[in-house]
Amino acid sequence: MTENNDLITTKEFTLHMGPQHPSTHGVLHLVLEMQGETILKAEPDIGYLHRGTEKIAENLLYHQFVPYTDRLDYMSAMSNNLAYVMAVEKLMGLEIPERAKYIRVIAAELSRIAGHLLCIGAWALDLGAMTILLYAMREREVVLDIFEQLCGARMTLSYLRVGGVRYEFTRECKESVERLLELFPARFDEYDAILTGNRVWLDRNKGVGVLSGQEAIDLGLSGPALRASGVKWDIRKDEPYLIYDRFDFDVPIGANGDCYDRYIVRFAEIRQAMRIITQALKDMPDGPFAVDMPQIVPPPKPDVYKNMEALIHHFKYVSHGFKCPKGEVYSSIESPKGELGVYIVSDGGEKPWRLKIRAPSFMNLQTINAMSKGRYLADVIAIVSSLDPVFGECDK
Amino acid sequence: MTPVDKAHILVNKIQDNFRHDVISTVVFRGEVTHIIEKNALKAVCNFLKDDNDLRMNCLVDVAGVDYSPSSPRFEVVYHLYSISKKHRLRLKVKVGEGEGVPSVTGIWSGADWPEREAYDMFGIVFEGHPNLKRIYMPEEWEGHPLRKDYPLRGYKDRYNPYGVEKE
Repeated sequence: MTENNDLITTKEFTLHMGPQHPSTHGVLHLVLEMQGETILKAEPDIGYLHRGTEKIAENLLYHQFVPYTDRLDYMSAMSNNLAYVMAVEKLMGLEIPERAKYIRVIAAELSRIAGHLLCIGAWALDLGAMTILLYAMREREVVLDIFEQLCGARMTLSYLRVGGVRYEFTRECKESVERLLELFPARFDEYDAILTGNRVWLDRNKGVGVLSGQEAIDLGLSGPALRASGVKWDIRKDEPYLIYDRFDFDVPIGANGDCYDRYIVRFAEIRQAMRIITQALKDMPDGPFAVDMPQIVPPPKPDVYKNMEALIHHFKYVSHGFKCPKGEVYSSIESPKGELGVYIVSDGGEKPWRLKIRAPSFMNLQTINAMSKGRYLADVIAIVSSLDPVFGECDK
Repeated sequence: MTPVDKAHILVNKIQDNFRHDVISTVVFRGEVTHIIEKNALKAVCNFLKDDNDLRMNCLVDVAGVDYSPSSPRFEVVYHLYSISKKHRLRLKVKVGEGEGVPSVTGIWSGADWPEREAYDMFGIVFEGHPNLKRIYMPEEWEGHPLRKDYPLRGYKDRYNPYGVEKE
């Protein structure tokens, strides 16, 4: 009998998953040490999309860097814009108008919905349920249409700017958001019907990639993935930025810390985001959508052609930018993936001396080994999807 | 607890317990920064993690900063957060070129990747790191891209015709 066992003992081997693999969500390269079908060690090899964003930032004016942040987590560009402009505003000690804060909240939460929808859609696709991806894309389209109405772009938005937002949140936009709020709840119920009780979905996700809260904190996990492990930490609640303290919303948490909980938490977060948007839309005051400081927010373009002062301000803004006081700040937001932080070291000039982006995808990916050790190869697909890494952000 | 009290604890707790190791303390925009001696880094980190008033259980980020041409050239910046106490703190150590810093991976395992990133981008060596190798750049890459003397467009080679000529 022992002889027979020896025969079927498989030897260890290394399996390379990615960087060109459809279910790695971009260019993740996983080096898996396998014993048969079981994973002994999973080592991510990242950097295929490294573009030197931080180096670029050191060579750009503060306002010129906003479009680069769109290319970090390109699934939810508003959140990146928000993290960056908030860091610069903190550095300058700038207070933005009330209306701009409401617009930012709505923009960021719409972005969260779009990001989570794609996460769930792609995740289901990887596990064989293609319908959900098509549904998620359909819903995401509604969000992207609103973004297009808002700023003319659909993916790389650059809508937020230092000192406020770039364009007015018009009545048409408001109506579109209201339509979205009416339309989505019924659609989400459909998702629920298809996924939440689905036997295949449950089997592939329940008990897979379990991580305890303690371990997760130690490994630097944040965002919905950490909350699924039962740690109630949401920066919107714990260190409220903008006006999140004025809204009534819950922070969903999971109990088991497995892939299924991460799905449930994300799904619940979409519904909470809808609640926040509803309240923000209702309470939004009138007023300016950006600060009245021509050196930071240049005058509207038609004025530049007619008014000498406006022309000078515009020229100064484009050619010299604005200076920030000497010092250093770290500012972070709760992005759809987790804690997205921006650390700026300023030497008092118009360019940052050093800009460090604390990318949630990067930190979250560290946990892959702990989650997939001892599991089967097929589980890695669910685990990667449940972390929702975006490589624009992870590789910077 | 008011923000002032919080800042008070964050400043005083460290200054009282590590009188000789804190080089300076800065409070800017409500953020507390301690610059500490490199040798005391691990002791301070352990204290921050275990002290009942501080409970810094979450290492948010490790960042390198190049202050060239001033000396010592680099700073390693640790951003810490306490999930239970909801406060943040920044620690900094100064590092000269070619010097090492003790790794904090033994205290927070999450320090693994960000320390590798600082090594990759600045060439700062983290002593005691279990797997210190480049993370973004290829293993055979020469130079450390985020250093101030590294050209923005890189060095010229067969793949990069727009780079700067190497001396």
